[in-house]
Amino acid sequence: MARIDLRGLAHSYRPAPRGRADYALKRMDMTWRDGGAYALLGPSGCGKTTLLNIISGLLVPSQGQVLFDDEDVTDIIPEDRNIAQVFQFPVIYDTMTVRQNLEFPLRNRRVPEPEIAARVAEIAEALHMTDDLPRKARGLTADAKQKISLGRGLVRRDTAAILFDEPLTVIDPHLKWLLRSQLKDLHRRYDFTMIYVTHDQTEALTFADSVVVMHEGAVVQVGTPTELFERPAHTFVGYFIGSPGMNVLPCEITGASARVGHQTVPLARGYAPSGGKVELGVRPEFVRVDDGPDGLAAQVTDVEDVGRYRIARLRLEGHPMAAILPDGARLDGHTTRVGFDPAHVNVYVDDHLVEGEA
Amino acid sequence: MQTKPVNQKAWFLVLPVFLLVAFSALIPLMTVMNYSVQDTFGNNQFFWVGLEWFEDILQSERFHDAFLRQILFSALILAIEVPLGIAVALCMPTRRFWTAVVLVLMALPLLIPWNVVGTIWQVFGRVDIGLLGKALYSLGVDYNYTQDPLSAWITVVVMDVWHWTSLVALLCYAGLQSIPDAYYQAARIDGASRWAVFRHIQLPKMKRVLLIAVLLRFMDSFMIYTEPFVVTGGGPGNSTTFLSIDLVKMAIGQFDLGKAAAMSILYFLTILLLSWVFYTVMTSGEGNGRATRRRGRADA
Amino acid sequence: MMTRITRPAPPGPTDTAREGQDQGRARPKRRTRGGGLPVKPLVLTLYLVFLLLPIYWLLGMSLKTNDEILSTFSLWPIDLTFANYAVILSDPAWYMGYVNSTLYVVMNTIISVAVALPAAYAFSRYRFLGDKHLFFWLLTNRMAPPAVFALPFFQLYSSIGLFDTHIAVALAHCLFNVPLAVWILEGFMSGVPREIDETAYIDGYSFPRFFARIFMPLIAPGIGVAAFFCFMFSWVELLLARTLTSVDAKPIAATMTRTVSASGLDWGVLAAAGILTIVPGALVIYFVRNYIAKGFALGRV
Repeated sequence: MARIDLRGLAHSYRPAPRGRADYALKRMDMTWRDGGAYALLGPSGCGKTTLLNIISGLLVPSQGQVLFDDEDVTDIIPEDRNIAQVFQFPVIYDTMTVRQNLEFPLRNRRVPEPEIAARVAEIAEALHMTDDLPRKARGLTADAKQKISLGRGLVRRDTAAILFDEPLTVIDPHLKWLLRSQLKDLHRRYDFTMIYVTHDQTEALTFADSVVVMHEGAVVQVGTPTELFERPAHTFVGYFIGSPGMNVLPCEITGASARVGHQTVPLARGYAPSGGKVELGVRPEFVRVDDGPDGLAAQVTDVEDVGRYRIARLRLEGHPMAAILPDGARLDGHTTRVGFDPAHVNVYVDDHLVEGEA
Repeated sequence: MQTKPVNQKAWFLVLPVFLLVAFSALIPLMTVMNYSVQDTFGNNQFFWVGLEWFEDILQSERFHDAFLRQILFSALILAIEVPLGIAVALCMPTRRFWTAVVLVLMALPLLIPWNVVGTIWQVFGRVDIGLLGKALYSLGVDYNYTQDPLSAWITVVVMDVWHWTSLVALLCYAGLQSIPDAYYQAARIDGASRWAVFRHIQLPKMKRVLLIAVLLRFMDSFMIYTEPFVVTGGGPGNSTTFLSIDLVKMAIGQFDLGKAAAMSILYFLTILLLSWVFYTVMTSGEGNGRATRRRGRADA
Repeated sequence: MMTRITRPAPPGPTDTAREGQDQGRARPKRRTRGGGLPVKPLVLTLYLVFLLLPIYWLLGMSLKTNDEILSTFSLWPIDLTFANYAVILSDPAWYMGYVNSTLYVVMNTIISVAVALPAAYAFSRYRFLGDKHLFFWLLTNRMAPPAVFALPFFQLYSSIGLFDTHIAVALAHCLFNVPLAVWILEGFMSGVPREIDETAYIDGYSFPRFFARIFMPLIAPGIGVAAFFCFMFSWVELLLARTLTSVDAKPIAATMTRTVSASGLDWGVLAAAGILTIVPGALVIYFVRNYIAKGFALGRV
């Protein structure tokens, strides 16, 4: 198992990239901790798979280096990189049995027979697949096939990291949960570095100890699920994580107060004046409705019942926003007064979070 | 797979095809059956002879020889065209532009009328005016397809390889195209050799199209008539007289209707039987795979 | 949190291109660039040369005079002439052969696809009495040697007065083209989700209107592929076409056997006639080139 460093990494699928827009992956520096469980989260086309393929060596980056435990592996071919990868659709060798599938990476590396047998037996046991070993791999269900794909990575003792590219896409919903917990157990047992690509935020938040959010080819935030929720570093993170997403309201800021249209919102900290696009970000969970006479005037456009809670759709100075209604709260009429919890109001300049002065 | 709904009215949709093919296939087939059990002296009077013609054919040396030649020819064709077709498919370019160019060039022999294919090779192989014949002759090779049975065989086999290998290659190429990239990537990560990729990924994924390629090439090579007839006319001697050529000689050349009809039926049945054997052998592995899948689902 | 991250910056002009740096470090594990024989292009080129050489030779001959063909041996025409083509294009006995072939091929393609469309729909959407047997029986006709059918066809079409007509050949070729068209179209249709049919019926479409307006556009590539293969197999077949015609519907392929004159074979004209039979096929392939691979991809030919 190893620590992975990306240094000055950038990638473009064009031979001669000109501007920033030509890069599928914008320049980045990043460290993946040895034994860490990372979720790589972002919408389709944000560069997740490109990043994964660069780490596994299937792609050579246009610029920068990939280091495994300080050794430069940028130009090392995938089979010599000690990386395992589990793909979106299960890749198994149809003509082989489960046992032969698991032995395959070891045989290709000319590992001695007794060691192959021992490793395969151990991994099969860890995957709860010992009984399936003599079976033809082709006949198995999708979740079993995905476990074999993972097993082919685990049998190699030297595996530096295991990369997962949306591995649960084709798994039945009721098995997803089971497979996810088995994966967590395996991670605890073998302590491998794992990078798990997904576009499903629940999957990312429940599973990883660190979530990496990507947007338009750049990493916009790395943090624990709580950090992502409370202090999104980028308006995109606020919008992408959480349901409904964070409210983003254009404003002007002077000192410790912000003006949204004609109304004033108090802030917890003071901010130095800055150019660019200034916005407030506040999660619907931290918006109070029926806030009394000091609140901001807002129009109620709709109330949705999504089961566990209700969402009020509002308009504040013409900007759409949402608020989670507390149990039993009632909204009568077409207007209400809303209040924001100042500790949970974030300020963004050109979409990036800015820290206030105490 | 959802099961399809039962709807007997669907027969109305199939009816035109049924009538058309019945008209084209059943009536002639019945005529053949009818002839095969009767004899005639050419004055439209027929006599019932039972299975006499069949016995005649099965015991005739002429039929045995033609049959063995046919088997040898089809075996050679399959042994050359299938591996060569796979090899060509594996060598297809990856750039879109070149793929289109190569596909068009490769498909060209498939669209040439069969007698013209014969003509092309008849000309190409001639010792006096053909490039191949003349080149071989000047190299001192004793090649002459009108005189020497071995030369005739080589010419006919090479002609068929020229004519049909592209079909196998196109089928295999299509099969290869349907393999997702993830398979190749996984194989690279697993450290698989080029051979292992072919053996464990490409070949299994091509199995379906290969089955079709083998069946088509077997059937069509077993029915071959026009091309060798144009080149060699079945000669020298009877050395390239395949079943179809023999049959036409018998039916039209000698007007031996009963015997030809009996031979037709045996011929058709042989093709059906051998195709069935190929199909069964090549799909034999799949049966237990399906059974396990069902069992797997029951477990879950 | 042990992960650190700095804000991604746009790639600057100072970044050295990766390609430049790699040359120096060469360990066995590294990616190798180039090197080794280009086996793939070589095999492919050899194969294409093998395919094209005989055709080139025919083309070369068609542009030579008969004297040159028989007396001198040259890789390309020395005395370039189009006389052979002029012979064919000015003599109705020759060019009517092309017209006849084209007529019955087009008729056959239209008939085959037209009857195969509803049948393929039935096979892809419904189960009915004897469906599997019927499908299998259709396919066995693809295995019937034309030589077996030649004589019965001759008698059948003579008896109903269709001998030496285009429609006779077109119908005879249906024997192998209809099963093929059904097979190809069934494959394409099975790829169209059944929900589309159901939605259309709920929206009040009648079956014929749904089929023509919605379904056929969806499987247009399939219809193209099926038509291509019907065209191809009808165009290349000779045994049945020759047996069923004598004068009025004689195909070009049969006409080619008449190049024997008093002075022996007229090689130049024969070659020119051959080249002209390749042209329609080449044109058709060129137009459907993007669909061919798709059609083959279904594994249905």
